[in-house]
Amino acid sequence: MSYIKPKFAHPRLPKNPLGYTRKDYEGSISTLCAGCGHDSISASIVDACFELNIEPHKVAKMSGIGCSSKTPAYFLSNSHGFNAVHGRMPSVTTGANLGNRSMVYLGVSGDGDTASIGMGQFTHVIRRNVNMTYIVMNNGCYGLTKGQDSATADYGSVSKSGHKNTFEGIDLCLLAIELGATFVAQSFSGDKSQLIPIIKAALSHSGFSFINVISPCVTFNNNQGSTKSYDYVREHNEALSTLDFVPIKEEITTTYDHKEIKLVEMHDGSLIRLNKISPEWDPEDKLSIISAIHKSKSREEILTGLLYIDNESIELNELINTTNTPLNKLVEKQLCPGSEILESINNDLR
Amino acid sequence: MIIAIGQENRFEWIERNLGIEFDQWDMPVIDEKTFCSTREGVFFGGDAAFGPKNVITAVAHGHQAAISIDLYCQNEDIKDRPNPDIKLFSTKMGIHEWSYDSDVTTDIRYIVPQANKKDTLRNRKKEVELGFDLQTAFKEAQRCLNCDVQTEFTENKCIECDACMDICPTSCISFIKNEDSEDTLRMKLLVPAINKEQDILVSDILKTGRVMVKDEDMCLHCGLCAERCPTAAWDMKQFFYNTAKAGHICYV
Ligand SMILES: Cc1ncc(C[n+]2csc(CCOP(=O)(O)OP(=O)(O)O)c2C)c(N)n1
Ligand code: SF4
Ligand code: SF4
Ligand code: SF4
Ligand SMILES: [Mg+2]
Repeated sequence: MSYIKPKFAHPRLPKNPLGYTRKDYEGSISTLCAGCGHDSISASIVDACFELNIEPHKVAKMSGIGCSSKTPAYFLSNSHGFNAVHGRMPSVTTGANLGNRSMVYLGVSGDGDTASIGMGQFTHVIRRNVNMTYIVMNNGCYGLTKGQDSATADYGSVSKSGHKNTFEGIDLCLLAIELGATFVAQSFSGDKSQLIPIIKAALSHSGFSFINVISPCVTFNNNQGSTKSYDYVREHNEALSTLDFVPIKEEITTTYDHKEIKLVEMHDGSLIRLNKISPEWDPEDKLSIISAIHKSKSREEILTGLLYIDNESIELNELINTTNTPLNKLVEKQLCPGSEILESINNDLR
Repeated sequence: MIIAIGQENRFEWIERNLGIEFDQWDMPVIDEKTFCSTREGVFFGGDAAFGPKNVITAVAHGHQAAISIDLYCQNEDIKDRPNPDIKLFSTKMGIHEWSYDSDVTTDIRYIVPQANKKDTLRNRKKEVELGFDLQTAFKEAQRCLNCDVQTEFTENKCIECDACMDICPTSCISFIKNEDSEDTLRMKLLVPAINKEQDILVSDILKTGRVMVKDEDMCLHCGLCAERCPTAAWDMKQFFYNTAKAGHICYV
């Protein structure tokens, strides 16, 4: 297998306002299995960061353990990164986020890393509304350890060895909404036209953004009977809306009075333009999406698109009023205000 | 056989009543396939045949003329020539497994060192180009792009996982909706294919209703698309070419 990628690039590759091409956001050559859905998600992250004109050194890539958690090596090689212990990415990201709130935090995890060993951490990072984007590359199995059923494997889904899963699968989107996540989306690695704008919107959202991306494991879970195979997901994919992400600088020239089109304004002034396909659902109405997900399950559909968004939420750093200055930039004078102040604090406590 | 090395063609020494025709530029009239002159049994090659070309062309001429001479000596028809040995076979290997370095770099080519101009200008017999030393020659050869790898697309094997599109270092593969006109399609690719002298490859309609389009102008023949393809929808084919040579070995 190749371990090098030619440095050649297309001479007419488009550049973003920072002067970078898409190539500048790539990582080293993937060592995942050929055709793994995770690689398409990596490519979508590359596209999203390129199009959002993000400075690579302003991004922190966080992950745990698994094939999915290996992917930060394959995108944004000019960004910071931390490969945490299995299932511990959320707490490490929370810490990093509190230490320096000026970075863009992008966590990638797997269904095993999140829904099994990391479940406790997952729930608390949501509850605390940490300002980060959390992507689960969901293949319904433990790819790295040779394809055992994971906690998100659907009931009745057939594994490669022919075994039918006898447990209910955890729906990570439903769970995230219940726990108070402020941005929840679901997508499919095989549909970049939907995934890229979702990632862009998630990265621009202030607060916790969760994206569950169904990402087929070609080696262990792409067989007949699996509900996470390319064929199954393509057949059962039901998009709630088509969506565009409109960055702040772009002016909206068209007016939208069509009731099927909804504009959601983000914290930073950018917009999500949703072309609603389902009239019964409103992404700002929690109950409507919970009911839509339940209904879709009975129809054996996989709902994709932006599911829920709450733009009024207050993210963790704002909530607990931390300093805007990264901790490593605080000087001794700011950290040790002197014995007089200490004395007055002590007096207050007496 | 006459081997001649020099800066220009001059044929005054060939008598004009031998049956060897010369054209308006005083160059011999040569058959482009057999390299035979208008006089049976007299062959030309290299710069002497069609004017100045490079050394690779001259070597190829030599092979072709040798085949003609061999056939002529055996009393066979020099127009009935052996074919080169061509093979195109499926293979799958990493680019580091090629016979040359495949880590295609943007290294500039090595310049052939030249002797000091003062000396070469003063003495016209002094050789100007000194040639590469062994190490530089080796490095220069490693810049080869390995265009011996061909890739072939089979629609019904493609699961549209995008792996080939994502890995392609020169962004020349796109999966998109087809367009009515080729010109529109060319502009909609990942990077527009503006060089119309080079073809674009458009597949049949795939499962999701899109087509695969490849801009042949930009393909490096690195084979990474085929290597990353899980279903061999991109088949990596190694191209093997062995020039036909004079002598019985080729007459298979
Ligand atoms: C503490 C700990 N327990 C167990 C493992 C073994 N292990 C490695 S990866 C993995 C599951 C990964 O599954 P998932 O997060 O879905 O990633 P995928 O490979 O499917 O992308 C497990 C259980 C480990 N590395 N560390
Ligand atoms: S084992 Fe599965 S998840 Fe892991 S790299 Fe291979 S295809 Fe992807
Ligand atoms: S062989 Fe051509 S099309 Fe395939 S990855 Fe290399 S450059 Fe791209
Ligand atoms: S890698 Fe193969 S299967 Fe995947 S999109 Fe390309 S040709 Fe199709
Ligand atoms: Mg998994």
